[in-house]
Amino acid sequence: MNNTPIDALKIDAVQKSYGALQALKGVSFNIRQGEFFGLLGPNGAGKSTLINIIAGLSRATSGHISVLGHDTVTDFRTARRKLGVVPQELVFDPFFNVVDMLRIQAGYYGCGEEVWPWIDEMLERLDLANKRNSMMRMLSGGMKRRVLIAQALVHKPPVVILDEPTAGVDVELRRTLWAFMRDLHVKGTTVVLTTHYLEEAQEMCGRIAILDKGEVRALETTSALLGRNPFRFLRLKLGEGAALPEGLRELITSEKEGVIELKLETAKHPINGVFTALRNAGVVIEDVHTREPDLEDIFIELTRAGSAA
Amino acid sequence: MNPNQRGFYTLLKKEVMRFWAVLGQTVSAPVITALLYLLVFAQALQGRMVSGYEGISYTQFLVPGLVMMTVIQNAFANTSSSLIQSKVMGNIVFTLMAPLGPVEWFGAYILAALVRAALVAAAMLTVTLLFVRLPVAQPLALLAVFLLSAGSLAALGIVAGLWAQKFDQIAAFTNFIVTPLSFLSGVFYSVHSLPSFWYTASHLNPFFYMIDGFRYGFFGHADVAIHISLLWIAGFFVLVSGIAYWMLHTGYRMRK
Repeated sequence: MNNTPIDALKIDAVQKSYGALQALKGVSFNIRQGEFFGLLGPNGAGKSTLINIIAGLSRATSGHISVLGHDTVTDFRTARRKLGVVPQELVFDPFFNVVDMLRIQAGYYGCGEEVWPWIDEMLERLDLANKRNSMMRMLSGGMKRRVLIAQALVHKPPVVILDEPTAGVDVELRRTLWAFMRDLHVKGTTVVLTTHYLEEAQEMCGRIAILDKGEVRALETTSALLGRNPFRFLRLKLGEGAALPEGLRELITSEKEGVIELKLETAKHPINGVFTALRNAGVVIEDVHTREPDLEDIFIELTRAGSAA
Repeated sequence: MNPNQRGFYTLLKKEVMRFWAVLGQTVSAPVITALLYLLVFAQALQGRMVSGYEGISYTQFLVPGLVMMTVIQNAFANTSSSLIQSKVMGNIVFTLMAPLGPVEWFGAYILAALVRAALVAAAMLTVTLLFVRLPVAQPLALLAVFLLSAGSLAALGIVAGLWAQKFDQIAAFTNFIVTPLSFLSGVFYSVHSLPSFWYTASHLNPFFYMIDGFRYGFFGHADVAIHISLLWIAGFFVLVSGIAYWMLHTGYRMRK
């Protein structure tokens, strides 16, 4: 008997073409139940196209997607009831107030008064309680974003996709949102996040897929991804009038206010070799720091490699 | 109530709440416009125009046509404006991402338009009681013509709302199709008074049968036999509903 739990999301060879443009080139990966998963990529990578196909806003040219085992096309009703999506665009219905909008959204998913206490709880958690009777058009951008998040969660979906939920929002909302999402995740909700704030993804996500030009460039745990590229950064503040020897200049990644950053590939440029070269050249070092690559460095490395290919 | 039924009921409720929130614009305004037509035409033409029906004054003749014309225009406006607004503002994603099938979409949009059309018709008939008394000779025919006509135009509104990508295109649909066809359908005159070309042309206009059939419901006689009118209206309803349903089923211009 197969006891493998059903994947929260199963994405199988999904292709999407707009005429000659191939937005997704046969993307496949699975997201396990209970994961906090990051879907990253530069603009135009195909992230939103993929999310739109999962959500039913767009149709795949070929391939299949299932949510907790339910195909998003042939069994779309069950699949959608198990999914909550926070769209990237700040959209709202101007005819309704906040609480009516949330109750309407719950009704679409077959939920009635039994979820009203949950709606009240979300309004509290997202600092919207004093706006419950405000018309949607009267809310600020940040408030509208909170309502969008509440709308996606109103039917208590076991799988939640957040498409750049913190784009253009203040620090306070980000903290509120992440605290709320962490709580939901601890209680078993699968969370899929796309964001341009890579430090958020590094902090929140257990596993990350990097999408670029419609293809998966990397799919690993966050720690494996961070340890994947064997390089580190060395920051040096040189003594006055000192200059780097010729062989090290090609390693410079930035130079600002007398501080030079070098990117060292572990195998090619052992750190003691760099210091030997500096010493031999008679360079005086005033200060030194090393920095391990963060997700942003890995992201740039992978997507740049994709561009060069 | 199962989840699908609740989804349908919620979409219907939301569509009714949408026009209810702007009742002055969606119900009062068309009623006032139609009453102005009634005042102007009844005052200007009473005595000079005859209904062509024995014992029926021109003002009496005018009222059912004006009510049906307003029903037609409002049933169309309800579905088309709701869809184009949702598309342009982007909030259509809330319903597109929900577990609602084409049956729920179609049913909820049509029924909400019927509710608005019924409110407009009821308001008009109530106010016109101040000017004129109307008999109701064939209530079942009246109801059937009302439901099929309003349903047809609501379905046509779905077609227009899904096809259009900006407000201008809906305005063009209204100005170049719905308004001319409703004005040229015998609201203000009996088609028997028309020259032969226009008489024949009127018989190719489905709105003519809606007006004429509605008049039959009140007076018990009309320009065309009621079963012909009902066949025309029912055929038109099936045609536009089929197109609307197909567009909803395929996600035409909604699901890319």
